[in-house]
Amino acid sequence: MAQKTVEFTVGRNPEMGIDGLPTRSPLEPFEVGEPDLDSEHMLINIGPQHPATHGVLRLVCELDGETIVKVTPHIGFLHSSFEKLGEYRTWNQIVPLTDRMDYLAPLIYNCAYVMSVEKLMGIEVTERCKVVRLILMELDRIFSHLLWIGTTAIDVGAFTPFLYTFQERERIYRMHEAYTGGRITTSATRIGGMLAELPEGWIEDLKHFLETFPNTLAEVHRLLTNNEILIGRTQGIGAITPEDAVSWGLTGPNLRASGVAYDVRKDNPYYDYETYDFEVPVGEHGDCYDRYLTRMEEMAQSVKILWQALDRLPDGPINVPDPDISLPSKTDTMSDMESMIHHFKIITEGIKAPPGDCYFPVEGSKGELGMYVVSDGGAKPVRWRVRPPSFVNLAAISQMAEGHLVADLIMINASLDIVLGEIDR
Amino acid sequence: MTDKPTSGLGAVDEGPVSSDANSPQGAGAPANPDDHPSVAALMERFGEAVLHHEVTSGDQHVVHIDPARNREILGWLRDDPEQRFNHLADVTGVDFGGGQPLQVVYQIWSIPYRRGLRVKCLLELDSLEIDSVAPLWNGANWLEREVYDLFGVTFRGHPDLRRILMPHDYAEGHPLRKDFPLRGRFSRAEQTRRALNQDVERFYIPEERAIGREPQDVTLPTGSESDEGSASDG
Repeated sequence: MAQKTVEFTVGRNPEMGIDGLPTRSPLEPFEVGEPDLDSEHMLINIGPQHPATHGVLRLVCELDGETIVKVTPHIGFLHSSFEKLGEYRTWNQIVPLTDRMDYLAPLIYNCAYVMSVEKLMGIEVTERCKVVRLILMELDRIFSHLLWIGTTAIDVGAFTPFLYTFQERERIYRMHEAYTGGRITTSATRIGGMLAELPEGWIEDLKHFLETFPNTLAEVHRLLTNNEILIGRTQGIGAITPEDAVSWGLTGPNLRASGVAYDVRKDNPYYDYETYDFEVPVGEHGDCYDRYLTRMEEMAQSVKILWQALDRLPDGPINVPDPDISLPSKTDTMSDMESMIHHFKIITEGIKAPPGDCYFPVEGSKGELGMYVVSDGGAKPVRWRVRPPSFVNLAAISQMAEGHLVADLIMINASLDIVLGEIDR
Repeated sequence: MTDKPTSGLGAVDEGPVSSDANSPQGAGAPANPDDHPSVAALMERFGEAVLHHEVTSGDQHVVHIDPARNREILGWLRDDPEQRFNHLADVTGVDFGGGQPLQVVYQIWSIPYRRGLRVKCLLELDSLEIDSVAPLWNGANWLEREVYDLFGVTFRGHPDLRRILMPHDYAEGHPLRKDFPLRGRFSRAEQTRRALNQDVERFYIPEERAIGREPQDVTLPTGSESDEGSASDG
C-alpha cells in the first residue's frame, strides 16, 4: 500500500475568520471505502512481557473487532529443564528444584515431591511429620490464594484488596522465613522428614495468624464479593461446562467452580485428610466469579483444617528414626563415628530407591499436583515428572475465551490462577 | 583416573547412566487382576491386548497395553459405564536409555468410582508413533505436545502437533531422551549464534501469520485541496 501523507496548516486556525470570529467552512468528507466488517480479522499479540499475563506468557489472539475468535497461548519462555536436571541429582537434591517451580506455594511442591518418593521407597513418616506437612500445605494454599485475589482484583481495577492480601501474605512469608530461612525458596522437606523441628514460638505465630486472618478475609469479602465492577467483569465470563472442564483436565478450584466436586483431599486422601472435618466448595456456573468464590471459601476451609491440625499435632520425632534415610544431628555427626559415617554416606551417595514407579497426586493450590517418579534402583531418578496443574488448566483458555472481549481475556487468564514457573518448568 | 565419575560435579557432563539392568517391564510385583476391578474387566474385554499387569509402590496398578490399540482401549476405559475413567491426569514419557523401548504413560482417574490406573505403552525407538488420545480428552492436546517436544514421540491424529516448551525452530533434538546431553548437543557458541540470528516472524505459527489482510485503503483529501479550502477562509 502506498504511503499517504496528510498536510496540516500549522499556526493558523482555518475555521477562524480575520476578526477572530468563527466562520463556517464546508466540511470536506473523507472518501472512505465501504468497510468490509464481517471478514476482517486482526492479529494481536499480548505478552510475553505484560503485567496482565501474570508471568512470561504470550497470547496471540485473533480478533473480530474486539471479540476473540481464537487465542493461542505460547509458553516455554521460562523453561529451565527442571525435569532433566532432576535426572542428574540424588533424590534429596531435587527438593530445591521443586519450590522454584511454583514460587507462590513452594511448600506444597516440597511436600508433594517427598511424599511421592517416600511412597516409592516405602517409607512411613512419623505422625508429627504428617501433621506438620499438612499444616504447611494448608498454609501455602492460603498463601497462594491470597496472591491470586490481590492480583486479580488489580486486573479488574480494584487496588485496595491487593494491599490487604499482601499484608497477610507478608505474615506467612515471615513464618516461612522463621522455619526454613527462605521466604520463597523454602526447600523445607527431606526424604523421611523435614529439614528441622518447628522453631520455638512458630505454633503461637500460626495461631495468632489464624485468629486474625478471618477478619481480613471478611474485609476482602466486603470489598469484592458484592462489588458491582467485579460482578460485571466476572459473572458469565469464561464459563465452562462440567463436561468440558473434565475433558480439558481442569483440576482444583477451576474444576470445582464448574460444579465437579473432585478434590484429591477427599477423593484420594493422603495424610488422614479423610479424618478432618472440612468441606469442598463447589461452584455452579463455572465462570470467573464462581472461581473467585470457590477460592475465597477454600481459604476459610483451610483455616478450619489448620485449627484441627494444630489440635492434634503430636509430640515426638519429626524425622524417621532410620539412619539410612535421615541425617543424624550435627552434634552426633561431630562426636560419634557411626553417625559421621551415615552422614557421609547419605550426603555423598544419596538414598537408594527400589526399582519401580510412583504417581502421587496431592491437592495443590492450583489443582491436582502429581509427582511421578521412576527409579531403576539407584540413588538418582530415571525420570521425575511433575503433573503441572497450571499447565493443564491454561490449555483450556482457548475454549474459555472464545467469543469474549479482549478485556475479558485478561480476566479469564487471571481467573485460572496460573504460575508460569511451573507451566514452563 | 580411568573410571567415569558417577556422582559429584563430574557426573553432570557424563549424562544419566542408562539403566540396562532394569527392564522397563516387570519392575513391579506381579499382580492379581482381581485386586483392581478395572484391570479384571480390561483383561476380560481385550484379552491379549493387555500385555502385562503389575503393582508398584504398594498399591498402584499398572497395565501395559498394545500400543497399536491405545485409543480403543483408553476410549473404552473412559466410556464404559462400569469404568468411567473420565479424568486424564497426565500423559508423559519415560526413557530408560540403553536402547530400551520408550514408555508413554497415561495416568487416568475415574471421578465417579474414585480409582486410578496407570496405562503404559512401550514404543520401540525406531517406531516412535502412537495414536493420539486428544480426540478423547481435550486435555491430552498439550500433554501430548509436551511428550512430542521432549521425547520425539509422534502422535497420529493430533490436531496441533508442535513443540511447546522448546522454541519452534529448536534443532538439537528431544531434551528428555537419555542420549541428550544436559547442556545440549550444540556448542555454547553455536547456541548463542542461533539465538542471535532468530527470525522474529518465526515466533508466529503459519495460521497466525495468515490472519487479517492488507489494511484497507482510506483516501484522504489531498494536500492541495485542503490548502485551497483554508485559503478561501483567510
